[in-house]
Amino acid sequence: MLVALIMVAVVAASLLFHFLSPWRMTPIASNWGYIDNMMGATFWITAAGFVAVILFMAYCLFRFRHQEGRRAAYEPENQKLEGWLAIGTTIAVVALLAPGLFVWGQFINVPEGAMEVEAMGQQWQWSFRFPGADNRMGSSDVVFIDSNNAFGVNPNDPRGQDDILVSNDDLHLPIGKPIKMLLRSIDVLHDFYVPEFRAKMDLVPGIVTYFWFTPTKIGEFEILCAAFCGVGHPQMRAKVVIESEDEFKTWLAARQTFAQSRRGEAAHDRRASAQ
Amino acid sequence: MTDATLGEKENVLPPPAEVEDVELYHAKSWLTHYVFSQDAKIIAIQYAGTAIAIGLVALVMSWVIRLQLAFPGAIPFIDASHYYQAVTMHGMIMVVYMLTAIFLGGFGNYLIPLMVGARDMVFPYVNMLSYWVYLLATLVLTASFFVPGGPTGAGWTLYPPQAIMSGTPGNDFGIILMLASLILFIVGFTMGGLNYVVTVLQGRTRGMTLMRLPLTVWGIFAAAVMALLAFPGLFVACVMLLLDRTLGTSFFMPGIVEGGEHLKYNGGSPILFQHLFWFFGHPEVYIVALPAFGIVSDLISTHARKNIFGYRMMVWAIVAIGVLSMVVWGHHMYVSGMNPLFGFFFAVTTLAIALPTAIKVYNWVLTLWRADIHFTTPMLFALGFIVTFVNGGITGLYLGNVIVDVPLSATMFVVAHFHMVMGVAPVLVIFGAIYHWYPKITGRMLDETLGKIHFWITFLGAYAIFFPMHYLGVLGVPRRFYELGETAFVPHSAAALNIFITMAALIVGAAQAIFFFNVFWSLRHGKPSGSNPWRATSLEWQTPETPPGHGNWGKELPIVYRWAYAYSVPGAPEDFLPQNAPPLKGEHSP
Repeated sequence: MLVALIMVAVVAASLLFHFLSPWRMTPIASNWGYIDNMMGATFWITAAGFVAVILFMAYCLFRFRHQEGRRAAYEPENQKLEGWLAIGTTIAVVALLAPGLFVWGQFINVPEGAMEVEAMGQQWQWSFRFPGADNRMGSSDVVFIDSNNAFGVNPNDPRGQDDILVSNDDLHLPIGKPIKMLLRSIDVLHDFYVPEFRAKMDLVPGIVTYFWFTPTKIGEFEILCAAFCGVGHPQMRAKVVIESEDEFKTWLAARQTFAQSRRGEAAHDRRASAQ
Repeated sequence: MTDATLGEKENVLPPPAEVEDVELYHAKSWLTHYVFSQDAKIIAIQYAGTAIAIGLVALVMSWVIRLQLAFPGAIPFIDASHYYQAVTMHGMIMVVYMLTAIFLGGFGNYLIPLMVGARDMVFPYVNMLSYWVYLLATLVLTASFFVPGGPTGAGWTLYPPQAIMSGTPGNDFGIILMLASLILFIVGFTMGGLNYVVTVLQGRTRGMTLMRLPLTVWGIFAAAVMALLAFPGLFVACVMLLLDRTLGTSFFMPGIVEGGEHLKYNGGSPILFQHLFWFFGHPEVYIVALPAFGIVSDLISTHARKNIFGYRMMVWAIVAIGVLSMVVWGHHMYVSGMNPLFGFFFAVTTLAIALPTAIKVYNWVLTLWRADIHFTTPMLFALGFIVTFVNGGITGLYLGNVIVDVPLSATMFVVAHFHMVMGVAPVLVIFGAIYHWYPKITGRMLDETLGKIHFWITFLGAYAIFFPMHYLGVLGVPRRFYELGETAFVPHSAAALNIFITMAALIVGAAQAIFFFNVFWSLRHGKPSGSNPWRATSLEWQTPETPPGHGNWGKELPIVYRWAYAYSVPGAPEDFLPQNAPPLKGEHSP
């Protein structure tokens, strides 16, 4: 009796917690509202399953608790019932899977004309690179990294000369434009994670990974690292500032290109050696 | 299928034994009897004792983690390095050294020979070696607490490159000892695993067909087969990572710049390690879960005095889960940067596994329908398992569905999910199983009142830890953060929730003292149990001696006439028919 009641109380408390909890998804700031919808649908389907199973169990615990003289029924199987339950479950699973896969298809297909931006991770900071005037990102490799080429941009690649570098600083992006984030790490695994964007992806040393999103809200958001990357992991943060196209262009124009950074460094080196 | 009153067929004696009874090894000294023992029952207790002892270390680690998360920086000892070391050791110990070892090495060793009607495991000497290599692995792991730099803090997944680089605590000796210990564990496990599989296939007594085996044996058997297939993935990953760390090979290490220096690695693939790790790591979830599924089926059936509902479906569900679980590992890697097309495949296989799993849940609760439910302590733990397993299972539908996993991966939602489904749920089964089989092992009952207090604190407390934790993940709080610091998207109330969770964790941990007191006190003062206190049908309760003697069965091996679920059979004089009881007149049991 008491056991059945406690089981009902567990279900009731879980539902109450869900509906009264102040801890909900952060307000979304990207195009991935579909993901939030999928989460919602998954909640309703799975919660219905949980409530049904546990309440049925609680009913049995109450109704068929041991009493003097009770003897259990003997029923090894009931294929009809098992069949119906299997069909019902399959329908629920397909109802979740099909739209899920559909949205995944959108997630991995970057729209034409998305703006490419590179995020580069290292222990424990973020840097960013834009393709510059030619709209094309220069090739890169860790072998090119030295004291005046922190990004490892290929110095012999003409496409890379006008690349705009944002070293260990905040990222600015224009609102309303699809962004293809190219992700690169020079040491360990990292993960580009902005909770409000919903999307995230690992940075893997040795390869370039990607994901895409369209910022839909003006404002500042935090970039966290979501792949454990050593003791400094929680401190690996930056800000992404979503602003109007004009503000973004102004900000971008004030950054150094790869070629400029090399010239600056070279001049600095010459002065140093002249002294 | 069965009705004793309907008998039309004459009962036929099972066929004669295919293999003559083989003479056992008989220990001659105290040392070979109790220490270097070849008796599966002693080995089982050694395995379980070691697993629980190292599990207590993991429990302390969990307190370290929870104290830091609730009161960041309040305890000077818990700096970032110690925090990550605690996280890593807690996870690895619980998954491998505690859960795997206790289910297969502990319950597997104790129950397989007794439940299939054998005198011992088929390879007793190898079985003994298995335990001693496991103990060595555990000692090597423990040693890493005492070496310079301490144990590895790479996270239990040990992902390279980070696991062997200087930004990670314990990258000196800690990681080497961890890898060496895992390699030893797998060597030891393989010896035991072969034993469990061959004993189930070859050691069954007359009449014990595969479809008459108790589901406990089915669960352990399937888990052992899976482990033999999955652990080699971890084995090669550990060997290669050890070579990368010690000899500077580049299996998993690409070109890397660390602190402005070019390291001497080049061309390796960090993602390859993840594939190998999870090729082991996902089946591992079911290596822990399947024995728990099996045991809980038997606990429910026995204490509800009713046959398990849909036995054949239950067996096939175990087999289906075992097969499917070998092809779902990529769901741990949806945002790893692997080819995104894999997402389609692994989401389909992962959600497909929900079907046989759901069927098992339905059959457990349907077993309670029109049953005669006794609320014994083992039964309570079985019911607690159903609640936590269903709760943890449904959140798997979030994480398995690739696109829904994207925002939730690497958040506290994942931590809450896997703790509920493969932490709390199997641990509740372990407790239920100990309360259930303790009388057979010791000849005395555990105290029921203490057992019930232990159950309610553990069950409700653990639920209070992990259910709310999901909501931190929904909020976006990442896992493996030593401290979250000030973040705009996390409200201050989340800190209060963290304190609540920590309080629950401290209480649940401390409440385990009740269990340990009960276990030791009842050894001498428990009520004598007799040989079959639960009036159960399976063979281990039918031994001539309790605790069972060397060789289990006295002179004659038992002969099996029916399945293990002949509870409340119409026409039978009592509400249970032991598997080896001579057939009733006109009985036709499965």
